[in-house]
Amino acid sequence: MSTLVFVEPDDELSLQALAFARQLGDVKAVSVAGPYAPFAWAAAIATASGDAEAIVAAGSDRGNELLAHVAARLDQPFAANVTAVDGDVVTRIRWGGSLYEEARLHGSPRILTVAPHAHAADAQAASVPVEQLAIPTDADTTVRVLESVEEQSGGVSLRDAKVVVSGGRGVGSAEGFTVIEELAELLGAAVGCSRVVTSAGWRPHTDQVGQTGTKISADLYVACGISGATQHIAGAKGAKKILAINSDVEAPILASADYAVIGDLHEIVPAISAELRRVREA
Amino acid sequence: MKRVPITGGRMVLTEDEQAIQTRHLGFTISPHEECAVEEAVRIVEAQGGEVVVLTLGPAEAEEQLRDCLAIGADRGILLRAEEEWDPQGTAAAIVDVIRGEEPFDLILFGNESADAGNYQVGIRVAYALGSPVVNGLKKIEVRDGRVRCERDVGGARDVYEVPLPAVLTTLEGLNLPRYPSVPGRLRAKSKPLAVLEPARPASKLEKLRLVVPEGQGKQAEILGSGPEAAPKVVEVMQALGVA
Repeated sequence: MSTLVFVEPDDELSLQALAFARQLGDVKAVSVAGPYAPFAWAAAIATASGDAEAIVAAGSDRGNELLAHVAARLDQPFAANVTAVDGDVVTRIRWGGSLYEEARLHGSPRILTVAPHAHAADAQAASVPVEQLAIPTDADTTVRVLESVEEQSGGVSLRDAKVVVSGGRGVGSAEGFTVIEELAELLGAAVGCSRVVTSAGWRPHTDQVGQTGTKISADLYVACGISGATQHIAGAKGAKKILAINSDVEAPILASADYAVIGDLHEIVPAISAELRRVREA
Repeated sequence: MKRVPITGGRMVLTEDEQAIQTRHLGFTISPHEECAVEEAVRIVEAQGGEVVVLTLGPAEAEEQLRDCLAIGADRGILLRAEEEWDPQGTAAAIVDVIRGEEPFDLILFGNESADAGNYQVGIRVAYALGSPVVNGLKKIEVRDGRVRCERDVGGARDVYEVPLPAVLTTLEGLNLPRYPSVPGRLRAKSKPLAVLEPARPASKLEKLRLVVPEGQGKQAEILGSGPEAAPKVVEVMQALGVA
């Protein structure tokens, strides 16, 4: 299958998509430079696709957006976040990865994005030449990025933190997060929380780990008083190890965790902080 | 806006593998759209106008439409569809409704639904209407016939400004949606809610079956109970090189 692959520079997910597409057949990799303008970029990609049998990109925010534009432009179906292709049947993720769907894609070209981390990047993918596309002169740039404002980030970023200490409903209140913050400080960790916590207004949405929050990639995730709904696990499962602190031995989080301590987080978390201080002073 | 189940800890499928078993589950508004509805209500509270909420879903989705009416939307439209429609069919049905209405200044969608996550209905509607569309927004300001909006892009915020009418898709975190008040719920009961029954087109992204991923086979190692487990926890943290 001859495939046009949209890639972004220095982007691991684009390399994964390229490696995935190479399994399907010949690939032609393209990128677009300049300020992001989805209608114009989609016009460039659609033009470049020629008689390609498939158009592929990473299942990133931008990849999903751009290929939806390409599909709308070509009036073809689009499958987002695909993990496997078998003829015209794709397997794609739903619910942030908690469920798979097998679907028949009745389109030509086949337009799809590759789910993040469904397929490893390889050296060959990194060496595929990338053609820079020109924006068609008549392209619509009504929608374009006017400016990009750098975030002034204080503290450790949730997405990149090595350790995340997170609280859920079991924390009980905004004030209850003091013990979570104390442990996070000692570990140089970011503070996270579940969706229940942000909906209650105890923590800002920027702290939320989950399908509709941040997807983390920590070495250790400490989940305190979090039941482990699929919505939450979708954001936490990128962590290498999960430690659950929960009063309920039946909580679903225990099926996703590597370690657990059973009991009241309000007693256990301060005890861990105290033990860390003791060990460090010894 | 889409009605979705509150899935809890574990997904169980119906026997035909076409849906999640929802007999014991509650339902809610898909999170990104919940913020879109809240934002629409806030814009109209500040600047005047009307908020119309539309969903394509089963008869029971009236519950979620009434929730939207309870927080301040003015009227609802239910496109009855007992089965799930593919994104192209969904977008086409929404476009048909919009074309039959007075022109809207703003058309809001969630960036992607919590369940299907197809990432495309809003964009397809924008193409059909010839409107600009900006995706993934966490800030929206409507002023003088234009909308200025912002999107997080990992360490930075991209700023867009487009003329109305426009299609925007939102992300959770745009605002903190209010809970319906008791008087709001009472008022919602008498607000207009139209029910239409569009014909379902053939699916071009045709769902064949759903599959529950194999579990990671994890069984958490219990390090202990209560504060006495703290030394064991610190040992594990040291072994992982994070303490």
